[in-house]
Amino acid sequence: MAKRYDIVIVGAGPAGLAAAEAALAQGARVAWLDAQSAAGGQVWRKDIRYGWPRQAARVITEVVNHPHATWMPQTQVIAAEQNALLLQNEREGWRITYGSLILATGARELLLPFPGWTLPGITGAGGLQALVKQGWPLDGRRVVIAGSGPLLLAAAVTAKRHGAHVLGIYEQASDAAVHGFARKLWRWPGKALQAAVLRSQLAGIPYHCGSIVTRALGEHALERIEIDGPHGTQRIECDQLAIGYGLVPNVELAQMLGCAMKQEGAHPCVDVDTSQRTSVTNIYAAGELCGIGGRDCAWLEGRIAGLVAAGADIDASLLRQQRHARTFAAALREHFKLDPYIHDLAQPDTLICRCEDVPLQALKDYDDARSAKLATRCGMGACQGRICGTALAELGLFPRSGQRPPLFPARLASLGELASSSETEGSFS
Amino acid sequence: MKSYDLIIVGAGIIGTACADYASQQGLRVAIVEPGPIGGGATAAAMGHLVAMDDDPAELALANYSLGLWEDFTQVAQIEYNRCGTLWVASSDAEYAHIPEKIARLAAVGVQAELIDGEQLYRLEPALQRGLAGGMHVAREAVVYPPGMARHLLDRARARGALLYSQRVTAITQQGVQLDDQTSLAGSVLVATGCALPELLPQLPMRARKGHLVITDRYPGLIHHQLLELGYADSAHGDADSSVAFNVQPRPTGQILIGSSREYGSETSQVSMPMIQRMLERTFRYLPALRQLDALRIWTGFRPVSADGLPYLGRVPEHTNVWVAAGHEGLGITTSLGSARLVIDQWLGRAAAIDARPYDPARAVACV
Ligand SMILES: Cc1cc2nc3c(=O)[nH]c(=O)nc-3n(C[C@H](O)[C@H](O)[C@H](O)COP(=O)(O)OP(=O)(O)OC[C@H]3O[C@@H](n4cnc5c(N)ncnc54)[C@H](O)[C@@H]3O)c2cc1C
Ligand SMILES: Cc1cc2nc3c(=O)[nH]c(=O)nc-3n(C[C@H](O)[C@H](O)[C@H](O)COP(=O)(O)OP(=O)(O)OC[C@H]3O[C@@H](n4cnc5c(N)ncnc54)[C@H](O)[C@@H]3O)c2cc1C
Repeated sequence: MAKRYDIVIVGAGPAGLAAAEAALAQGARVAWLDAQSAAGGQVWRKDIRYGWPRQAARVITEVVNHPHATWMPQTQVIAAEQNALLLQNEREGWRITYGSLILATGARELLLPFPGWTLPGITGAGGLQALVKQGWPLDGRRVVIAGSGPLLLAAAVTAKRHGAHVLGIYEQASDAAVHGFARKLWRWPGKALQAAVLRSQLAGIPYHCGSIVTRALGEHALERIEIDGPHGTQRIECDQLAIGYGLVPNVELAQMLGCAMKQEGAHPCVDVDTSQRTSVTNIYAAGELCGIGGRDCAWLEGRIAGLVAAGADIDASLLRQQRHARTFAAALREHFKLDPYIHDLAQPDTLICRCEDVPLQALKDYDDARSAKLATRCGMGACQGRICGTALAELGLFPRSGQRPPLFPARLASLGELASSSETEGSFS
Repeated sequence: MKSYDLIIVGAGIIGTACADYASQQGLRVAIVEPGPIGGGATAAAMGHLVAMDDDPAELALANYSLGLWEDFTQVAQIEYNRCGTLWVASSDAEYAHIPEKIARLAAVGVQAELIDGEQLYRLEPALQRGLAGGMHVAREAVVYPPGMARHLLDRARARGALLYSQRVTAITQQGVQLDDQTSLAGSVLVATGCALPELLPQLPMRARKGHLVITDRYPGLIHHQLLELGYADSAHGDADSSVAFNVQPRPTGQILIGSSREYGSETSQVSMPMIQRMLERTFRYLPALRQLDALRIWTGFRPVSADGLPYLGRVPEHTNVWVAAGHEGLGITTSLGSARLVIDQWLGRAAAIDARPYDPARAVACV
C-alpha cells in the first residue's frame, strides 16, 4: 500500500509553507514536497551566498524539522490517480495517498517571443534571479532587466547584489500607469515598505517606463538589444538580458485532478471558494495558482487552506486580510497591463516553440492549438506547451490545448513500476 | 442545394484517402469534418505500416495497400521511414512458428526472413538477452498518420474537392444535412470511424481503447519497429484488456511505446494501471528503456467492426450510401487500398482484390 498522510501539500513557496505551518499547529501529519532542493518557492528561494530571507528562514526551519512533517525536496508530482499522487525524485518513483490535498504550485514567468529572444544570454527576469541565487556568476557582466511588473525590481536587486553591472530596468507600462500604481501603494503599507526598500537598494540603476525590448542581436550569443521607448529607439550593448512579462498560474496539476478553472485574462487559474476549496472534495488551492496575487496573498491563502484542511476554524480577520491582499493584485494587473504592441513583436521567422523549433509563420494556417500541434509539432516537446502554449494564448492566437500525464518529463521506470516494486507499507494518520 | 458526386463524411486517414482517390478519378467531391484533419483515431495511431498474416482477407488488403504507400515515400510531412519490422520470439515455441508465418507472407509477395538469436542482437543490441530470435520484414515502414491525412486532403482540394468544417447530423434522401442546417446533395460515403453508429446504427462498431507513451529524444537506441510475436494474440483476441510489446523509433529520435487494447472504457482519460502493465511488458524486452524520460501519454480508440474487418462498400437497403470504416488497429496501413476498393465499386469497376469479405451486408445480416 502507498503511504498515506492527513494532508499533502504540493509546493513549498509562501502558500505551501503557511499551509504546512497552520496544519501542523493543528496536530495534523503533513507531507509537503517541492521540485526544488530547498523550500522557499520563487520569492524565498534560498541564495547560496546569502541563505533565505530572514523572515522566511525561521518558518522554513521550523516546518522542515517538525516531528509531524515529512519534507520531500526535489520531488515532482508526475501524475495523479484517485486520491493518490505519483511522485518522482532523482532516484525513484512512488505513490502516496492523502486525506486532503493542498495545491500551492505557484506561477511561472510569462515569456513572450520577439526577434532574437532565443539567443544564449537571455533569460526570464525571475529566471535570472533563480540562476544567480543558485550560484551562476554575474560578476561584472552588463545586465539589462526588462519586461513588466515589480518582479523586475527584485531581479535587479539580486543581480546587483551578486556583482552584476545592471545597466537599467525597462518597464513596458507607461510612466503614468506606474506612478498611478505608486500613488495607491499606501493602501498596502507592507508593499509600500517593500517597494521603498527595493528602491533604496537600486540606487543608481535607472528605471525607464514605457520601454519595450523589440529585438535582441548577437552572432552566437547576446551582444545588444533594441529598445523602443518614449524617446525613440535606442541600442544597448549588454551581456545578459533578463526579460519577463509577469506571471502565469501553474494550474496543470489542478487541471489533471479535475479542479474547475476560471479565466484570468488569457490564462486559466483555479476557482476556489473563500475557504480555498476547489471544486473537487478535499482538494484546496492557495496562492498564485488561484490568480496572481503576490507573496502576502499567497501566505494568507496558504494559512486559510492549512487551517480548513486540518478542520480548524478561520477567523474573519484572516479572510479580511486575504481579500485586501487580492485587491492589491487587481491594482497590479490594472497598472501593469501589457501594451498590445508587445503582442506584435514576433516576426514570421521568430521561433515560438523552442522545444521543436517552430516559427510563427508555420502556425498561421491553423485556428486551434490542436491542429497546429498535429501539423507543426508546436507544443509536442519537453515542456509540452508550457512556454509556447502560454505565449500563444497571451498573443491571442489560440488557447493552450489539454494537458496529459506526465506533468513533467518522467522516467519510464517511475511510471511503470508504481504498482509493484516501489510501494511502501505504512498506515499513518 | 450544392450537389456533388460524392460527399465523404469524416477526414481521418480513411476519409481523406477516399477523397484523394475519388478526386483523382474525376469525381466532384465534398468532404465534411468538424475537427482537425486526421484528429480522430488517425492522430493517436503509431503509424506502423505492417502486414499481419493471421487473416487472409486482412493480409490481402494490407498487402495491396502497402504497394500503394510506395508513392508516398518522399513527402516530407508524412515522415516515411523504412525502418523495417522486427518480430521478436520470446520462446522456442514462438520461434518454431516463424517459418509458417514467412510462408504465408511469401504467398502474397511480402518478403520476411528468419533471424536467429545472434542476428537479433546485431540488429537490436538493446534487446534483453535470452530471446530465441525473430522475423525481420525489411521493407515495412513507419509514417506520421495525421501528416498523411493532411497531404491526401491537400491533393484532393487541389483537384477541386471542397472541405466543409461542419458535422453531418443526418443522412437524407438526397445526401446529408450539416449542423448549420445546410444540406448537400449527392452519394454519401461515411468514413467516421468509431462514430459510425451515429449515422448508420445498423452497422455494429465498438471502440477499442489504446494507450501510447512517447519519450524524449534518444537517437540510435533502437532501429526497427519492434513487436513480440505474441502481439497478434493481443490484437486479435477478444479479451477485455490486453497489452503487448510494441515499440517504435520515431524519425525525431523519440521512442513511441505501445500497445494496450481495452473494451469498455469510454473516456480518453489515461489509466495509470494500464500504463504500468504496458511498461512492465516493455521492460521485459527492452530493459534499457527504464531510465528514459517520457514526455506524454495519450489514448485513442480503434474502430472495431462486428468481425474485425472493415466495412467497405454500399450500405444494404440504401442506393446511395456507402461506408468505409472499422479498420481497428490497421487503418493507417490499409487506408489506401480501402479507398480504392470502395471508390472502384462506386464507379462500377472491378476492384483489384476480392471485395466480398468487406461487404457491409455481412454485418447487417447478422444483427
Ligand atoms: C506518430 C505520432 C507521434 C507523436 N509524437 C508526439 C510527441 O512527440 N509529443 C507529443 O506531445 N505528442 C505527440 N503525439 C501526440 C499528438 O500530438 C496528440 O497528442 C495525439 O493526437 C493524441 O493526444 P491527446 O489525446 O493527448 O490529445 P490532444 O491532441 O491534446 O487533444 C485531445 C483533447 O483531449 C483533451 N484531454 C486532455 N487530457 C485529457 C484527459 N485526461 N481526459 C480527457 N480528455 C483530455 C484535450 O483537452 C484535447 O482537447 C504524436 C502522435 C503521433 C501519431
Ligand atoms: C493507439 C492506436 C494505435 C494505432 N496504431 C496503428 C498502427 O501502427 N498502424 C495502423 O495501420 N493503424 C493503427 N491504428 C489504427 C488506425 O489509427 C485507425 O484504424 C484509423 O486511424 C481509422 O481511421 P478513420 O479515418 O476510420 O477514423 P478517424 O481517424 O477516427 O476519423 C474519423 C473522422 O470522422 C469524423 N467524424 C465523426 N463523426 C462525424 C460526423 N457526424 N460528421 C463529420 N465528421 C465526423 C471525426 O471527427 C474523425 O476525424 C492505431 C489506432 C490506435 C487507437
